This record gives sequence, structure tokens and C-alpha cells, in this order.
Amino acid sequence: MNVALARDWMRAAADLIAADADRLTQLDSAIGDGDHGVNLNRGFTAVVAALEKTPPETVSDVLVKAGATLMSRVGGASGPLYGTALRSAGKALPPTAEVQPADLATALHAGLDAVRKLGGAAPGDKTLVDAYTPALDAFEKAVAGGADLAEAAAAASRAAEAGAEATVPMQARKGRASYLGERSIGHRDPGATSTGLIFQALADVS
Amino acid sequence: MKKFINDPADVVAQALAGIAAAHPELRVDIDEQYIVRADAPRPGKVGLVSGGGSGHEPLHGGFVGPGMLDAACPGEVFTSPVPDQILAATKAVDGGAGVVHIVKNYTGDVMNFQLAAELATDEGISVETVLVDDDVAVEDSTWTAGRRGTGATLLVEKIAGARAEEGGKLAEVAAIGREVNTNSGSFAYALTAGTTPAAGRPGFDLPADEIEAGVGIHGEPGRRREKLRPARELVRSALDAILDAKPFPGPVIVLVNGLGGTPLIELYLIYGELAKHLEDRGVRIARQLIGNYVTSLDMAGMSLTLCQATDEMIRLWDAPARTPGLRWGA
Repeated sequence: MNVALARDWMRAAADLIAADADRLTQLDSAIGDGDHGVNLNRGFTAVVAALEKTPPETVSDVLVKAGATLMSRVGGASGPLYGTALRSAGKALPPTAEVQPADLATALHAGLDAVRKLGGAAPGDKTLVDAYTPALDAFEKAVAGGADLAEAAAAASRAAEAGAEATVPMQARKGRASYLGERSIGHRDPGATSTGLIFQALADVS
Repeated sequence: MKKFINDPADVVAQALAGIAAAHPELRVDIDEQYIVRADAPRPGKVGLVSGGGSGHEPLHGGFVGPGMLDAACPGEVFTSPVPDQILAATKAVDGGAGVVHIVKNYTGDVMNFQLAAELATDEGISVETVLVDDDVAVEDSTWTAGRRGTGATLLVEKIAGARAEEGGKLAEVAAIGREVNTNSGSFAYALTAGTTPAAGRPGFDLPADEIEAGVGIHGEPGRRREKLRPARELVRSALDAILDAKPFPGPVIVLVNGLGGTPLIELYLIYGELAKHLEDRGVRIARQLIGNYVTSLDMAGMSLTLCQATDEMIRLWDAPARTPGLRWGA
């Protein structure tokens, strides 16, 4: 992955989230407070603007800047969580204009660790972790098997989507949805859904 | 949906501009999005900063002024403020004696305030956090995010604010704030959902004859749906839920709070029922406040908050406050 591809990834993620903002907000209305699409759309719009304003020179810079922008623009729980994910992933990359799929696997791993530490969520809690974890597994397995970025990203995207779908029957144990208890069952988690979109964006541009 | 707005994206900034125009005793930073007492920072005084999503007015910006908060940072509608914003407000009120953050227990608020507190500490400001989690509607257990922070936020801001105003040290101001929270319990009902300007439709669907019991202040669904019943029964159920969770032998400070769309005639009717129920149980009401203080946009509904009051709390409750949303004795 080079800097241009990393920027394309963020731009594609912004486009997918903008296109799905209403759906994300509706999913959040069912089990949360109904602002996920609005907030994430505002954040990724700011990410695209920030990357255009001062073009970064390394892939690491792209992700760190994207994460910092989300943290300072989104608010709610998604700002810190998505911001930390991208920022920590970026910081785990070598400071070069191009990185290898194995570097990206390490970075994605660092991003998931940071999210889990900040939010305290584990797989099965009906959060974005339920999409991110299988996506990372698929990405790492593909890379270990010699896949290129496109193949690994495609595998991660499919796994994230399946992970998001698998949140439907779960009972939420973290975040606002947890207040619903059993009533959270039967609804797809909005965070897992938007995480799926971010991995889909990576697959689309790779 | 019909609302008095220009553009859904600019509602918070334009409301802040209105607050600035109406209240010269406050300073409003529209870029960073915070409201601060015009005389801040006050050397040697502990600063109080609260914040959370917009849409709960007068919470939090309406409680900035002598006797209550030094600053408030309103996030986007129903969305917590961001760390930069909280840090800017914290720096604006730090008079060298430290700053207390009053944070409602919602995941986003907790994380953003935590990040801001770390940044402030890095800059040499002592920060204590008072977490408000008074809503008994949600079970407190190891597998939930805990109880939500709702109506007691006002009581914490008033009582801790008075303690800071009279010269309390950082640890003392935080301690009385925590004690008020520990002594408080709340429960809410929604008759209808509120509508955020950005979404443009009600946050949830509620059949005409049903109510949401235990609703949160963002319209997030509560404990259960039930049929609408006479007010006296709903008040008794809410009171039972609060008294089951915490003992309130009295005296208590009581808040009957509207969620934005309920007229005062109904809130006073509710207070009358509540006073009767409490009298039947032998619980003395020491102080009471009735009105729209911790709202959820245009949600029709109400919340009850009880706080087991010490003499010290009542003394601080009675102390002067001069803010846009709460004012007495000054």
C-alpha cells in the first residue's frame, strides 16, 4: 500500500459511509440513540478534507491524521473508538511511503488492541469488535498464506460483513444498546456495520 | 417534522450564538464550542466543567454562572463533546486550584472526558471526575456499562457548584458531588419520542396508547413498553423502582423534570401525586424543583429524581445561583 492508496481508502470509506448514513442511523435508532450515521459521516467528511489540505507523506501519517481527525470531530463513543483504531494502526506502521501487507496486518492488529482497551469490549458483546476481529483474522490468514493486498482485503471485507450480520441475534453488553438487554436481540449492530464498510472500502480500492 | 432551524448542520453553533447574544455575563466560544463564565478563570477557585450532547437544555450551558458551573461544552445534538473542546473549556476555567469534570455515565461522554482529562493533566491541570449514574431503570451489573446519568446531574452541578463557590478545595468539591450522586436515584417515562434536527424523524416509534418505561435522556429505549395508565399509578411505579434500588428514609431533595414536550400543568400534577406517595411512606421532602431542566429535545415525558439529603447538601442547595437556567438567592 502506498500513500495514494491509503488516501483512496479513506475517501472510499467516506463515500460508503455517506451513502449509508441513513441506514446506520436507523440501525442505531433501533438499539442506541440514533446518531451513528450522522456522526461518522461528519467525521469522515472532515478526514477527507484534512487529507486534502495537507497531504501526508507516509501511509502511517494518513491513518494517524485520519484517526486524530475522527477523535476531534465525531464525539460520542464512535469518535474515540474509530479514532483510536486508525491512529493506533497508523502509529504501528513504518514511516515509509509504501508498506507491505504484513505491515498492514500488524497495524490492523494494533488498532483492534487499542479499541478493545479503550472500550473494554470483547467479541460477542455486539459492538464493532464483532466485525473487526474476524476481519483481522481473515486478513492475517490471507497474508500468511501469501495473498496480496487485494486478496487479503477482500477476505477481510467478507469476514467483517459476516461478523456484522452475526451481531443480529446477540444481546448487547456494551454501550448504550446494553441498556436494552434482551430487547437488543434481533437488531444488527450499527458499529459492526460501519466497520464492515471501512473494510469494504479497503477491498474496493486495493 | 417541524422545527425552528435554518440548517440541521448548524443548529448547535447558531444556538450558541443566541446564548452569547442573550447573556453578556457569559463568554461563548463558538469555534471551540464552549460556554464559560465571563469572569473565568477565577484565581484559587476550583473550576467546574460539565458537558454532553446538546438537546438537553438548559443542561449544561444553562447552568453556567456563579454558584454552579464555570464552563459547559455542548457536543452535537445527543453526541458527547470531543476531547479538544473539553480541554479548551478546562483550560479556560483553571484558576490554579484544579478542575472538576461532571460526566454523565454514557460510554461516549466517559471516553471523551477521560481523554480530555489526560490531556489536561499533561498540561499541569489537576482534574477530578465526578461520574453521575443515578438512573435506576437499567440494571447495574458487571456486564452492563452501568447506570446512566440523568436528572441527578442538575443536583450534582448545583451542590458541588455551591461548594466550589464558597472556596472548597478540589477534593472537597469532588467528594460532595460524588456523595450527591451516590444518594440519588432517577426514573423516567416517555410518552413520545423526541426528534433530532439531523435525523428529522422521531427517534423511536411508540404506539398511541403505549409509553416507554425507564427511557434514557437521548430517547434510547428503556426497560419496557407498557400501556398508558393514570399518572398516580405511573408515579407510584417510578417511585417503587427508585426506592427498590436505594433506601430514601428522607429528607429528600426532589426533582420533577420534564423531558421537553410536557407542559408544567402535568408536571405539577405529578409532583402532587409524588408528594402524597412520599408522605404515605413517611419520607419528608426537604426541597423540590419542578420544571424542564434535563430535557430530551421535544420528547413528551418526565423523570423523577430523589436525593437523600444531608444538612450540608440542603445548605448548599439553598446557596445562591445565578445562571440562565437556575437562579435563586442572588
